[in-house]
Amino acid sequence: MSRLNDTNIKLAHEVIARYPRPKSALIPLLHLSQEQNGYITREAMQHLGELVGVTSAEVYGTASFYEMFKFEPVGKYLINICGTMSCALMGANELMHHAEKKLGVKAGGTTPDGVFTLAHAECQAACTEAPTLQVNYRYRLRVTPADLDRLIDNLRDGKLNDEFPPHGVLSKVRQSIDATRAVGAKAPEDVNESPAWLDGKAAL
Amino acid sequence: MTIVDPIKETAPVDPNIVNITINDKPVAARKGELIIAAADRTEDFIPRFCYHPRMTPVGMCRQCLVEVETPRGPMMVVSCMTPVAEGQIVRTATDSVKKAQEGVLELLLANHPLDCPVCDKGGECPLQDQAFSHGPGESRFVEEKRHYEKPIAISDIVYLDRERCILCDRCTRFADEVAGDALITFTSRGNDTQVLTFPDEPFSSYFSGNTVQICPVGALTAKPYRFKARPWDLEQTESTCTSCSVGCRTVVQSSRDELVRYQGVDIDPVNWGWLCDRGRYNFESVNSPDRLTTPLLKSGSELVATSWSVALESAARMIRLALAQNTNSVAILGGARGTNEDAFAWAMLADKLGINQRDAQLGDGLSPDIFDLAQATIDQTCAAPTIILLAPDLKEELPVLYLRVRDSAQKRKSRIVEFSSHDSGLTPYAWRTMGFEPGNQAQVVREALATPEMKEQLARGEVVVVVGRANLAESEVFTLQALAEIFAAVPSAKVLPVLRRGNVRGAVAAGLTPQNNSGDAIDILNAAAAGKIECLILLGVDPMSDVADSGLVQRALTQVKNLISIDTMINGSNRNADLVLPAASYGEKNGTTTNLEGRISNVTQKITPRGTSRPDWMIATELSIAMAVDIGVSSLEDLSEKLVSTVVAFAPSSDGKSTNGDGVLMARETPVTISGKASKAVDRNAYNYRLVVSRTMYDSAQSTASSPSLVGIVTDAVIFVNPLDLARIGVADGTSVRVGAEGTNIVIAIKAHNGVHRGVAWLPFNHTGVDIRPLLNIASDVVDVRIEPIK
Ligand code: SF4
Ligand code: SF4
Ligand code: FES
Ligand code: FES
Repeated sequence: MSRLNDTNIKLAHEVIARYPRPKSALIPLLHLSQEQNGYITREAMQHLGELVGVTSAEVYGTASFYEMFKFEPVGKYLINICGTMSCALMGANELMHHAEKKLGVKAGGTTPDGVFTLAHAECQAACTEAPTLQVNYRYRLRVTPADLDRLIDNLRDGKLNDEFPPHGVLSKVRQSIDATRAVGAKAPEDVNESPAWLDGKAAL
Repeated sequence: MTIVDPIKETAPVDPNIVNITINDKPVAARKGELIIAAADRTEDFIPRFCYHPRMTPVGMCRQCLVEVETPRGPMMVVSCMTPVAEGQIVRTATDSVKKAQEGVLELLLANHPLDCPVCDKGGECPLQDQAFSHGPGESRFVEEKRHYEKPIAISDIVYLDRERCILCDRCTRFADEVAGDALITFTSRGNDTQVLTFPDEPFSSYFSGNTVQICPVGALTAKPYRFKARPWDLEQTESTCTSCSVGCRTVVQSSRDELVRYQGVDIDPVNWGWLCDRGRYNFESVNSPDRLTTPLLKSGSELVATSWSVALESAARMIRLALAQNTNSVAILGGARGTNEDAFAWAMLADKLGINQRDAQLGDGLSPDIFDLAQATIDQTCAAPTIILLAPDLKEELPVLYLRVRDSAQKRKSRIVEFSSHDSGLTPYAWRTMGFEPGNQAQVVREALATPEMKEQLARGEVVVVVGRANLAESEVFTLQALAEIFAAVPSAKVLPVLRRGNVRGAVAAGLTPQNNSGDAIDILNAAAAGKIECLILLGVDPMSDVADSGLVQRALTQVKNLISIDTMINGSNRNADLVLPAASYGEKNGTTTNLEGRISNVTQKITPRGTSRPDWMIATELSIAMAVDIGVSSLEDLSEKLVSTVVAFAPSSDGKSTNGDGVLMARETPVTISGKASKAVDRNAYNYRLVVSRTMYDSAQSTASSPSLVGIVTDAVIFVNPLDLARIGVADGTSVRVGAEGTNIVIAIKAHNGVHRGVAWLPFNHTGVDIRPLLNIASDVVDVRIEPIK
C-alpha cells in the first residue's frame, strides 16, 4: 500500500487547492509521498497522476528528473559524502572508504537492516568546510573518520532523532498557508483582481 | 491640404501580410507565422527535426538555425521558434549558419548508432538525408557511444530503439498534444534523457502509428512493417482510407505486389496527415492467406471452386428464378465498403431488374433523410462555436474525426455540448456533458437547451450537430427525435452525419438504399426470415457479425433459398452461401469514395487483385450481361462518366482530377427540415438496466480479425455499469454475472465504470469471448436487462 494514506490525501487536496492548475502540485505531492513511504513507488505515481489529472507516465517523467526522488527503497538515513574537488582534496575519498568499511556496504548500497544508504554526492556548496557530508540532506562539516563513526553510532542508537528525521521528511514543521493568502484555484490568465491579502495596497 | 499617396490609395495593404526577405528574395509571410514555415513556401529548405507544422514548436533539436539581421548585426535564431516581423532579413545558408548546422548534426550523430543498414528508416530518414545535405561529412567522435537495450516494445504495435532517438519530442508531443494520450514521455531528463512509457502501462494509443510516421529517425518502428521492405523498393500511390467514413488521405505502399504500409497524407479539410491505427494497419487483411481467389459454388453441402463463367451463370439463374416469383423476392444488402462506382453499377443492375429492396446500411445507421438536412463539413464543424454531440463515441468509431474535434475544443475554437449515455473519448474536452437513459434523450435535450446559460452559448454563432447512431440496442427514432428538438431550439443548426461505414454516403447517393418506399435492411431481414426472399445478395457485408440482432440474421439466412455473397473472405454469413464471388479489395481497385461530409476523393489500385477476384462493379456489369439487361458499361471510365452525368450529387467530380488531393464536395440539394416522430420509450422497471451497445475501435470485424498485428488487441466482452449500480447488484468488480432479457441469459464479467449513466448497462459490441447478441432484439425500441449475481 503505497498510495497516499487518508491523512495525506486530505493534505494533498489542500496542496492542490493552492495552485491554479492541479498538476502544478505534482512536486510537493511527490515529496509528500516520499515522506510517507521513504521513496517513490509505482502505485504512488499512479495515485498522484489520478489526483492531479495527468498520466502515470507524465508523473514519472517529472519525478525522474530530480535526483532527490528515489525509485528504489532507501535507508532511513541517506548519507551523501561529497566527492568533488575541495572535499576530495581534504580527504573525502578516505572518508568514503572509511564509511564503506564501517557500514559494510559499497557506495550506492543500503545496509541489510535498511537503516543506512551510502552515496556519493557532487559538490554540496560548502567547500570552505570540506570535507562535507549530508544525512538526509542535513549538513555535517569538516568531517573526520572519527566524527563519522560517532555520527553513525548515534544515528543507529536513535540519539539524533531530533536532528535527522527519516529519509523523505522535508521538514518537521508543516507549513500552513492561510486560505485568504492562497492564490486560489484560478488560472493566472483568468485572474483580474489582486489577491485579498494585498488589500488593494498594490496593483498587480 | 492632405497629400494623398496614389499608390497607397489604389492598393490597400493586407494587414495580415508581413514582408520579409529570405536569402535576399522578398517573401510575403503571414502575421505570426514562423520563419521556417514562411521559408517552406520558397525554394530554400531549412533543415529540421523537431519542427512539425501540425504541432506546437518546441525548439528541441536546434537544427533549423538561421541568421536574422538585428541592429547589432546578424544573430543566430532557431527558425522554428521565431516569428516573422516586418522587414526581417533572414539568411539560411551563410558560412556561419552552415557551420552551426554542421555542428548540431555532428552533435546529434555523436550518440547515434548509425545502424542504417539494418534500420527501417534507412533510405527515407531525415537524419540520413540531412546529414548528407547539411552535415559535416565526417565525425570527430571516437569515444564509446551510449547503449540501450535494442528495440523494446512500447505497445502491441510500436517498438522503440532508444539508441537511435534524437530527442526531438515529436512522438511525445503528438501523444500529448494531438492524441491526448500522454502515455510516452521524456524520462530521466539530463544525460540519460529517454522516451519511455510508465512501467507496465504500454503506449496503447489508437493513434500510435503516427509517431512512427513522424519520428525523424528509426527510433520508432511498427511491427507490421519491420524489415518488410526498403524504401527504394516501395511503389506507392495516393489514395483514401475507407476503413471508416472519415476518409483520411493516405499513401498506399507496396513491395513485390503486396501491400506493406499506409502513410498519412496531410490534407487540410480532413486528416491533417494523421491516421488511426486500425486504418493504418488493417492492410494486413488484404494480404491475408484467407483471401478468396476463385468463385465458390455450393455442391451438396460444400462450397467448391468453380470458374467465373459458371459462377456468373449460376448467379444469373438464381436471381432469374427468384424474380420469376416477383421482384420483391430478391434483395441486396451492403455496398458501403466499395467505391461509388461499385455501388452505382449495382444500383443500375438493380434498377434494370426492378429490385427495390437494397440497403447499404445494416439497420444501425440513420435514415438517409439525414443527408438532406443543412450539412456541415468537418472544417465548418471545427470552426463552429458550438458543437453538439448526439453521436457514438467518435474516438472509437471515427478516430481521426475525434482528433479534429478534440483539437478544436483544446484550442478553444469550439465548445462541445455532449449528450450521451456513457462517457466518450471527447467527454474530457466537452464544455457540458448531459447523460441520458436511452429513450429519453429528446427530453434531456429539450431541457438542456432551454437553460439561460445554454441559450447564451447557442447564440454565439454557428451550431453544428454531429449526429449518428450511438446505441445498437435502441431505435433510431429516439436519435431523430432528439435531433428535432435541437432544430426546434436552433433552426439554423447544421448537421455532420457520422455514419461509420466507409462509403455509406456514396453508396446511398449512388442508389443502394431502399427504393419506392420498400423497406430497409431490417425489413429485408424480416422478410427473409418470413420466407419471402428467395435470393439475397450480400455485397461485401457479413450481417452475422455486423447486425446487432444475430438471431434475426440467422433465421433470415437459413430461410433464403439462394444466398449469393460477394466478398473477400469466408465469414459467418457466407459460410453456407450458395454462391460466393471473390471481390477485389481495397488497394486492388480504382474508383472514388465519399466520406461522411460528402467529400468525393479517389481510391487507387496498387496491387493486382488476389487470384481471380474482381471489383464489385465489374461483377455487376458481367452479371448484367449474363442476365441480358446490359447496364452498358465496359470500363471504369465509362462507369464514372455515367455516374457523374446521371447522379447529380456526383456531378462535381466530373473532372477526374478533382478527386485527387483534397477531393471535392458532393452537390447538395436545398436542405429540408426535420420533425421527429413522437415516440416514447416504455418506462424502465427500476430493477432493470437499460442497455447501450456501441462499437469500439478494435472488435472482431473481418478487417481487424484478419490482421495479425491487430487481432491480439481485441478484448473480451465485458458489461459496464456505474459503480453505485455495481454496489446495488452486490458483486465485486470483475466477477461474472447473469444478464437476462426476455428469456435469454448470458453470463459475462461486470465492471464498474464512472462514466456510465446510472441505470444504464453498457456493452461494447462484437468483442471476443461471450456472445452478447442474443440479448438484442431489433424489434423493440429499447432493451432492458436484469443483472443478477451468480449464486
Ligand atoms: S523516438 Fe523519434 S520522434 Fe520520439 S523523440 Fe526520439 S527521435 Fe523524436
Ligand atoms: S479514421 Fe477512418 S478513414 Fe481515417 S485512418 Fe482511421 S479508419 Fe481510416
Ligand atoms: S566540493 Fe564538497 S562541498 Fe563543494
Ligand atoms: S526544427 Fe527548429 S529546433 Fe528543431
